[in-house]
Amino acid sequence: MKIISSETNIDFMGKIKMTMTISGLVILIGLGSIALSGGLKYGIDFAGGTLIQLQFKTPPDIEVIRDGLKTIALGESTIQEFGSKRDILIRIQRSEEKLEAVGSKVRNSLGGKFNKEDITVERVEMVGPKVGRDLREKAILSILYAVIGIVIYISWRFELQYAIAAIIALAHDVLVTLGAFSILDKEFTLVIVAAFLAIIGYSLNDTIVVFDRIRENIRRRGKNTLVQTINASINQTLSRTILTSGTTLMVVMALFFFGGEIIHDFSFALLVGILVGTYSSIFIASVFLVYWDSRR
Amino acid sequence: MYRDLKWKIPLILVVILGSVLLAYPLKEKISLGLDLQGGMHLLLEVKVEKAVEASLERLADDIKRDIFDDDLELDRIKASYEDRQVNVRMVDTLDLPPVKKILDDGYPFFSLAREDSDGLGLVYQLSADHVEQIEQNAVSQGLETIRNRVDQFGVSEPTIQVQGERRILVQLPGIKDPERAINLIGKTARLEFKLLDEEHSLEQALSGNVPEDSEILYQRVVDKETGAVTKEPLLIRKRTVLTGETLTGAEVRFDSDFNEPYVSLTFNSVGAMIFQQVTRENIKKRLAIVLDGNVYSAPVIQDEIPGGRAQITGRFNSAEARDLAIVLRAGALPAPVVILENRTVGPSLGKDSIEKGFTSIIYGSLLVVVFIIFYYKWSGVIAVTALFLNIVILAGALAYFGAALTLPGIAGIILTVGMAIDANVLVFERIREEVRIGKTVRAAIDAGFSKAFRTIVDANITTFIAAVVLFQFGTGPIKGFAITLCIGIAASMFTAVFVSRAIFDATMSQRKLDKLSI
Repeated sequence: MKIISSETNIDFMGKIKMTMTISGLVILIGLGSIALSGGLKYGIDFAGGTLIQLQFKTPPDIEVIRDGLKTIALGESTIQEFGSKRDILIRIQRSEEKLEAVGSKVRNSLGGKFNKEDITVERVEMVGPKVGRDLREKAILSILYAVIGIVIYISWRFELQYAIAAIIALAHDVLVTLGAFSILDKEFTLVIVAAFLAIIGYSLNDTIVVFDRIRENIRRRGKNTLVQTINASINQTLSRTILTSGTTLMVVMALFFFGGEIIHDFSFALLVGILVGTYSSIFIASVFLVYWDSRR
Repeated sequence: MYRDLKWKIPLILVVILGSVLLAYPLKEKISLGLDLQGGMHLLLEVKVEKAVEASLERLADDIKRDIFDDDLELDRIKASYEDRQVNVRMVDTLDLPPVKKILDDGYPFFSLAREDSDGLGLVYQLSADHVEQIEQNAVSQGLETIRNRVDQFGVSEPTIQVQGERRILVQLPGIKDPERAINLIGKTARLEFKLLDEEHSLEQALSGNVPEDSEILYQRVVDKETGAVTKEPLLIRKRTVLTGETLTGAEVRFDSDFNEPYVSLTFNSVGAMIFQQVTRENIKKRLAIVLDGNVYSAPVIQDEIPGGRAQITGRFNSAEARDLAIVLRAGALPAPVVILENRTVGPSLGKDSIEKGFTSIIYGSLLVVVFIIFYYKWSGVIAVTALFLNIVILAGALAYFGAALTLPGIAGIILTVGMAIDANVLVFERIREEVRIGKTVRAAIDAGFSKAFRTIVDANITTFIAAVVLFQFGTGPIKGFAITLCIGIAASMFTAVFVSRAIFDATMSQRKLDKLSI
């Protein structure tokens, strides 16, 4: 069985103008959205704050919860359903250093409106501003170190220009995914950073397979131009690219649909990242190899 | 021709057997992260500056006593927290040299910072080394105390460790009552006995006229009938007559009349002596029992109390009394702590996450398995076998490294399933290409594996670098994701390249194939 015929010969490099425009636009829209909403929407991991997940025996009225919370003066809070009508997520901007169990405090405050026995505190996450700052620094550093390590490795195995082209493709994938997060108003948390690092790994993996074929074909390219060689390489690896993305997408979809609410945004990031990563390894990464070559 | 199978097959069997042994039974060998089994993750910061202040105060007291012992006339002595200095002022300039001698001989960690121009005052500076030592002690003793308390509370496999300079990480898996745990861990539990100031009027003090040596503290009073809580102010002398440091025991007892719990205290010999003396000298006066600045009770001393026993009554329920006894036994924290980070997951949510995680692993893997076999036929079966082995090795490695499985970790396994198949796809696509250009089955397999190998290494190492960095910098659940990804990548190199090659070779050695099912 074959998805891609071995005779496939699509002129990918001929579509540069179109794909670059599309990518450029998508990234611009994403960046615009980030700029308009005043930066990324940090979750409590990075911004500090408190998050409380409650489960009610019967679906509660959110307004009643809001009224109940007013009695304990938590500051600005948002209340929303989390996966089901019975699961409620409360986010509070403030974080409390004092030694107290916020979860039970919130549960107690709702005691007058609901039967306390019907409420379970499923999860409490409280991150103080100091830790938030630390985690933010760590996240940025980890992405930076990962990129540096990878550039060094690729430059050693290939050439510097391959490394730079791979990093551009990677930046493309990360930017598009970031934009998608901003447009859909999703929160940026520690787990999402992990997803981004996975995307980085995946995007590079995909790009490198293509580059590897280009490197192999360049040695025996004869009279073919670089553009022809690259086109041939992308075509030769096309079925692998589609297959691997396909199988990876299958499992990520399973995670997205069955993995539960807590991991939903994580799988969403992976889903977008893998789709974009596949696209960029076909259309974006190699473009920059041609660009450098034409300047020589 | 296939001679190297003679060592390849045993090696593969050993790896599989080893992994199975390491990981079986799964439930015992692979520990679950806090997010899956429920539990509490607390990051505390020790307020070390409070320990420095307390120690400065104590040193000032010691100096004062030494000056009195030498019959010198002290004007006043004052500790200044911000500069970490002690200011001594004498009445007579002649007394300055002996004071200098007291400090130089007995307090080597103080150095003379300056003298007042009128010749009556001296300012001593606490050395930075000593401050640092106090801070370090506060953290290490705090850790020890918290460990004691947690041990007595009874949590299986707690993690309690210092992080950075002044942070303490506490992880309590499977804890049912987070509120109690927080109270137990975070309470400073500084127990002090102080006499009430009965010479001055409480009313005047409440209107802002507090005598210099006294302070207003509050006692929590619960009305038995209505359950209403009121705070009763008391005027209490600042001087502490006895602290919890002299305690040797604290136990919950029940009052024989009302069956109400109280905490019975036992002092060591020094404490017992002081307690006896204080009670003898202050009969008919009130003695307040103060814990972390709150008055628990302030009974009237009826008689001299020998034998070093006392009790704290304060209208608490038996769980509160039990926890109070625990913290008193374990000792006070040398400095208060605050919560920097708290992540608590209830057991039912954890269970829910495991179920959902495994459901997605099963559905995802099934999809991949069906697809790959459909697409690559017999070779697909080999790839699926390799994939299955990959998961077995992953489980064995997780057990070996003692890495906890977290929800992101499950995601890491899923991602591994997706990506492990990639190595086989690379090889198979290459073999198909080689078959297409007319190579024999054997030559095509040879070329396919060897040509794809370099690509697989390069592609996997880059992902590996990202995963290792993630492991270095990530915390908690993220680490779980990174470690499964790392192991998954390494295992997939082994299974997809080495194992599936061996299976191909083994099949080929049995019979000669003209056509490859791929």
